[in-house]
Amino acid sequence: MKEKPEALEQAVLNEYKYGFVTDIHTDLIAKGLNEDTIRLISEKKNEPGWMLDWRLKAYAGWLKMEEPTWPNVKYPPIDYQDIIYYAAPKPKKQLNSLEEADPELLKTFEKLGISLNEQKRLTGVAVDVVMDSVSIGTSFKEQLSEIGVIFCSISEAIQQHPDLVKKYMGSVVPMTDNYFAALNSAVFTDGSFCFIPKGVRCPMELSTYFRINAENAGQFERTLIIAEDNAYVSYLEGCTAPMRDEHQLHAAVVELVALEKAEIKYSTVQNWYPGDKNGLGGIYNFVTKRGICKGDHSKISWTQVETGSAITWKYPSVILKGDHSIGEFYSVAFTNNHQQADTGTKMIHLGKNTRSRIVSKGISAGHSNNSYRGLVRASKQAANARNYSQCDSLLLGDKCGAHTFPYIEVKNKTAIVEHEATTSKIGEDQLFYCKQRGIDAETAVALIVNGFAKEVMNQLPMEFAVEAQKLLAISMEGSVG
Amino acid sequence: MLSIKNIHANIAGKEILKGINLDIKAGEVHAIMGPNGSGKSTLASVLAGREEFEVTEGEVEFAGKDLLELSTEDRAREGLFLAFQYPVEIPGVSTTNFIKAAVNEKRKYLGQEPLDAVSFLKKMKEKMALVEIDQSLLSRSINEGFSGGEKKRNEVFQMAMLEPKLAIMDETDSGLDIDALRIVANGINKLRSPERSILLITHYQRLLDYIQPDYVHVLYKGRIVRSGQKELALELEEKGYDFITDEVDLSLGL
Ligand SMILES: Nc1ncnc2c1ncn2[C@@H]1O[C@H](COP(=O)(O)OP(=O)(O)OP(=O)(O)O)[C@@H](O)[C@H]1O
Ligand SMILES: [Mg+2]
Repeated sequence: MKEKPEALEQAVLNEYKYGFVTDIHTDLIAKGLNEDTIRLISEKKNEPGWMLDWRLKAYAGWLKMEEPTWPNVKYPPIDYQDIIYYAAPKPKKQLNSLEEADPELLKTFEKLGISLNEQKRLTGVAVDVVMDSVSIGTSFKEQLSEIGVIFCSISEAIQQHPDLVKKYMGSVVPMTDNYFAALNSAVFTDGSFCFIPKGVRCPMELSTYFRINAENAGQFERTLIIAEDNAYVSYLEGCTAPMRDEHQLHAAVVELVALEKAEIKYSTVQNWYPGDKNGLGGIYNFVTKRGICKGDHSKISWTQVETGSAITWKYPSVILKGDHSIGEFYSVAFTNNHQQADTGTKMIHLGKNTRSRIVSKGISAGHSNNSYRGLVRASKQAANARNYSQCDSLLLGDKCGAHTFPYIEVKNKTAIVEHEATTSKIGEDQLFYCKQRGIDAETAVALIVNGFAKEVMNQLPMEFAVEAQKLLAISMEGSVG
Repeated sequence: MLSIKNIHANIAGKEILKGINLDIKAGEVHAIMGPNGSGKSTLASVLAGREEFEVTEGEVEFAGKDLLELSTEDRAREGLFLAFQYPVEIPGVSTTNFIKAAVNEKRKYLGQEPLDAVSFLKKMKEKMALVEIDQSLLSRSINEGFSGGEKKRNEVFQMAMLEPKLAIMDETDSGLDIDALRIVANGINKLRSPERSILLITHYQRLLDYIQPDYVHVLYKGRIVRSGQKELALELEEKGYDFITDEVDLSLGL
């Protein structure tokens, strides 16, 4: 009787389904970080001199910075000399289409549920695939380029579209914005680049799938999305990693630029390996994501479903510079076992009549800790700025924690900021009630969590909503004794 | 329908049920009465399969099956329903969705197709009328913020929807105003059938004025110390429990 784990614990015991390793030759550089490492990365990527200079400048900045300690997370110090900063599946040759990729790689992504075969893919979704430090290829590139949409790896963009990269990279997240952004600026390896020209409504979902495979390697990806006047794009990223006992660092930077009347919808389904049930291993996900509504009447919307990573530290933000611009943040963060998440958003109102909406749903199970941290700032010029924030926490069991840290700074009297928060708890009583009605523990938890997260899930593009819902269910799956 | 033989059960190392024997045949209504803390809810929980309670001795047969061998959810799917003394609030799950899941899980277990939306709605309408439950309640999170009476009414509504073989109703009458009591009791009466057994746990004769039981039992200190017909309830109402419990305490040497 005693040995039996509590039903609720059983119901949320998760089994990570993406933890396999692909057996493939990988081009690795030696562990460690110094100027030479950066030169080597830049050289491997055949980069122009300006890019190397930019990296070195960021590195110099990073050396002077200190790792932040304010997040509500705990981890032993990271040894930055013990990380491999470049790992590329071999051979690293330019592919004409994704179908030409190594069959072992294709199999890997097939297994992850990502078909790289254009015929087999969901219609209306173009995908860029990044394994460790390099982009393996991008689908539907030609069709997109016909209407002027550029969708390629950031490495390719540096070669082919240097003016755009020079103009926008670092314009939203300055190279020394924070410790991890500075590190990323110095050593970033790959990521996606999207450019939607004036007046174009991107006809398909753009998506990037990030996969960490190599051992001891960090992933430092960089994504840049630009929507010109009246342009629209919906973008989605997904990510997974093998199960390993060591922690792996993932420090990404994502920048979004929306010009006049442009709209960018950015969705994330984050499922990095969360570590085992004792807290061994897992990804440290330290990410800087920021968008700027540069033009009037522009809109940026972040939607995230976070189920993975040992530690998540990320605050997708919107700078509302253009008048009448809109920022949105919809988040579901699920933590289990010993996972820790400190996530939220920043809405910086600079323009007049700007509006923002924050809906954050935190779900904690096991011994995990889930914190919402959000800043809403209305500057002096932000007349009639409006914000509405809703932060709900759901606790599964009584060993987990939920915390809310809302920061509000209002410098304009006409601005209105509203914040609401709730905490609910699901315990053995609720579970027994469900089971007495014939609903088993797993179904009950799924029912409760889906009900709780619905408002955010509804924001995901149709093609991915089902996937995300499955993911959430899988994350909580376990056999009930 | 239900045959309980010499059930002993512990919680946290303490014996609460000390040898219960009870037989309920199809179509019968039994009432269990007894002072606070005598083990009435414990008996209900043990039958429903609450894991915190450990059954140390005894057997229970339910509809031809060994009840104690079945998981909590399978007991429910086999047709055992418990109307809770304290219905639990579940945030974020609407009452409708909850009941739909319950109905369909049971159907799945019985090898039936899930109810389509139209049939489900039709059934809802029909059963809503039975307990005069308000539509607006059903779109809210289950039991969340419901008044005491609304919670109890919702329990009877779920019973109506799930059509159990055996319904255990733990103080479903407590906390109801006079009108609600009449409505709920009439609802339960309409659910009486030759195939359905009901075990009513109550403190009050007034419920038994509406729902006439076939048998009345007195539970005291984990044992059934007296059984009789409906007249026993009237006698208890008049004299209190003392005339029975004093005798029991005496025989136990307390
Ligand atoms: N979780 C528990 N831990 C310890 N003791 C418990 C627990 N649950 C019940 N008990 C004890 O078991 C005994 C019987 O409780 P039970 O709820 O079955 O009584 P009851 O007859 O339903 O009373 P009431 O008329 O007040 O509803 C009480 O002494 C109670 O304190
Ligand atoms: Mg009781």
